[in-house]
Amino acid sequence: MSMTKKSRIFTICLFIFFILIAAITLLPLALLAVSSLRPGSDLMRYGLNFSIDWANANLNEYKMLFSGQNAYFTWYKNSLIITVVQVGLALFLSACVGYGFAMYDFKGKNILFLCVLLVMMVPTEVILLPLYRLIVKMKLINNMWGIILPYLVVPMLVFFFRQYLSGIPKDFLDAARVDGCTEYGIFFKIMIPLMKPSFAAMGIYQGMQSWNNFLWPMVVTNSIDKITLPVGLQSLLSPYGNNYDILIAGSCFAIIPILILFICFQRYFIEGMTAGGVKG
Amino acid sequence: MKKQSVVKKFLYSQKVAPYVFVMPFILTFAIFFAYSIVSMILMSFQKVAGANTTFIGLENYKILTNAVFLKSLKNSVFYTIVTCIMMIPIPMILAAMLNSKHMRAKGTFRSILFIPALTSVVVAGVVFRLMFGELEGSFMNQVMNLFGVEPIIWLRKPVTVWITLFFLCLWRWTGVNMMYYLSGLQQIPADLYESASIDGATGMQQLRYITIPLLKPTTIYVLTISIFGGMAMFSESYMLFNGNKSPNNVATTLVGMLYRMGFEQNQLGIASAIGVIFLLIVLAVNMIQLRINGTIGSKKGE
Repeated sequence: MSMTKKSRIFTICLFIFFILIAAITLLPLALLAVSSLRPGSDLMRYGLNFSIDWANANLNEYKMLFSGQNAYFTWYKNSLIITVVQVGLALFLSACVGYGFAMYDFKGKNILFLCVLLVMMVPTEVILLPLYRLIVKMKLINNMWGIILPYLVVPMLVFFFRQYLSGIPKDFLDAARVDGCTEYGIFFKIMIPLMKPSFAAMGIYQGMQSWNNFLWPMVVTNSIDKITLPVGLQSLLSPYGNNYDILIAGSCFAIIPILILFICFQRYFIEGMTAGGVKG
Repeated sequence: MKKQSVVKKFLYSQKVAPYVFVMPFILTFAIFFAYSIVSMILMSFQKVAGANTTFIGLENYKILTNAVFLKSLKNSVFYTIVTCIMMIPIPMILAAMLNSKHMRAKGTFRSILFIPALTSVVVAGVVFRLMFGELEGSFMNQVMNLFGVEPIIWLRKPVTVWITLFFLCLWRWTGVNMMYYLSGLQQIPADLYESASIDGATGMQQLRYITIPLLKPTTIYVLTISIFGGMAMFSESYMLFNGNKSPNNVATTLVGMLYRMGFEQNQLGIASAIGVIFLLIVLAVNMIQLRINGTIGSKKGE
């Protein structure tokens, strides 16, 4: 009897503890959301906090955001296009490579796979400068392909697809070959449909990476109509004019679509973003 | 017509097909990765001025013994060590608590803790820069006011700068690391705990002798990504200070120095030397990690 009472108290304490943790977690975003209802000049004068006069709260910042008098939606569009193109290409090409590694034995396979692991290990920051100089030579500065090309084949995705496909028995391929399927036919007609669930998780993983990528796009693009959303938001950080209005409302509006996607496809998000740990 | 079919036959043969599949990787690896690494190593021994390059041996590396570079290296190492110390036990304990059978609404809390990972470093940086602003009304100063502390200029003195950076890291990554630990925990068979509790093991003993040892693969993974993430840290500092310019270099990191030399001061040789040192650090960490992993793998095999 005392045992169940004790465990009930434990349950309540645990629950309260996590409510606190959840509140702290959401606090910065709540600050952002509340501040987006105040004029940016308030923010410059009084700082970011929760004190808000609800009677005067309004959507003016958002109206300004949508007024078309700023480059926000150009950046938004740039980010969206880059994300979609990059996710599409990276998924397809990485799936090809992962499939090649998972299903075939060929000369040089081990060394090549070591190269995949090498690229996976080395942070992009290491080769930031030579990669930038290469993009300059290719005349792709201020071009979305300059942002996309180096990330066409993503080692993390290759690794994941290889892992995913290694569960499929190779006899399966031989059976398809006997039926007259070509090597590429097998990939397109049989494997891609089999890989659909992993495409969702990996698409979200790569989508988050592309959408939120900051350092590389900042280095590769510099004209106001070519930069991506994170780079554009960063450029608003100096408190001049109505920068802060667009910064705060724009930050909120950058998160909202992701938040909606997250609520709808939670499982894929968590699967995709923690895929690296699965191999452990 | 005949020629075409020969080509087709060649491309469609089982011997050649795998190379066609991995070709995208071979190309991007050669063009973007291998080329960059090689040109970086070469440039690190050169003085680069426009199109003119002159070989200057180890000069660039000798310059890197200066105090500012050593400080940036120290900053990166310090950030990495502290984030590793924080970002392993805290998410592990939270995951263990969340996984407890006494816990309610697990899924909801799991999702909420994951939300910060959805924000970009820019949005997170904007909020933290303003939260830790120097104004009296900035959120953190309001909190300090509750404890009777005078407003603090957070982003000036080393101690408060680091507190801000660690909070930012803790906020963004606790949920993700916790997710790794949750999936690790779910792979531990429940009957291990049952038989342990039959033998009279307390909760703490179970944690000490079952949970922590069996989570070792997860811990190694989290440690590895934390080390690389920590050593590569730059954008966080860039956002907090609105540029690569922390006062007295309190938060200038290794990548910050690389960026300053390569992109702000046009010292390509020196920047390349920094890149090479960074690469060597990454490879060394990997060697160590592979060794530890290797011994664990062989134990598992036996």
